[in-house]
Amino acid sequence: MSVREDIEKKLASGLNVLRLEVVNESNMHNVPPGSESHFKVVLVSDDFEGKTLVARHQLVYTLLDDEIRNKVHALALHTYTEDEWNQRQESAPQSPLCRGGSNA
Amino acid sequence: MDIMEKIKHLVETNPAIIFMKGTPQFPQCGFSARAVEALSQCGEEFAYVNIFEEPEVYQNLPRFANWPTFPQIYVNGELIGGCDITLELYQRGELQKMVKDAAAKGQEKTTA
Repeated sequence: MSVREDIEKKLASGLNVLRLEVVNESNMHNVPPGSESHFKVVLVSDDFEGKTLVARHQLVYTLLDDEIRNKVHALALHTYTEDEWNQRQESAPQSPLCRGGSNA
Repeated sequence: MDIMEKIKHLVETNPAIIFMKGTPQFPQCGFSARAVEALSQCGEEFAYVNIFEEPEVYQNLPRFANWPTFPQIYVNGELIGGCDITLELYQRGELQKMVKDAAAKGQEKTTA
């Protein structure tokens, strides 16, 4: 299973997901073609209701502990409740391009 | 000083501090670059640690606040998040307020 599929599966089974988008953004960075190192996750879930942004990200980090420790270099995270997502008119921010710092 | 003590001291004595890859002038990661830019826009002084130059901090900061990635931004002694949250707070105008409040509080401490 690819890392992207792994991330998708773990988030979908750990949270009550209303929308989930896992994008491999490795091609925006200084890594070999086909890498699975940089990801962006857009996640809409009612499990985020009443939680601070820090608590939401920590929840995701816990579910993806192995990936973050061992496989993924960068994870852009955009976490919303259903209301927040509707208010944003269903769009998440763009990730930044690489600046070349590659150690770790 | 123990490394965890050192980190605690850094976040508690600086009203705002960013642990980043590179420096504010020469960030070495797009996420660090964006976060430090938002912090700079708040118009207050802030501290920074280039984690590439502080391997012990690099290694141990993730378990300090149960946060595995960089950059990490602390305001008023508390983790406010990484790049994504910092930008979100900045866009909502909340970061500016938090940083200004923390700076004012820091000022009180030094004059007291």
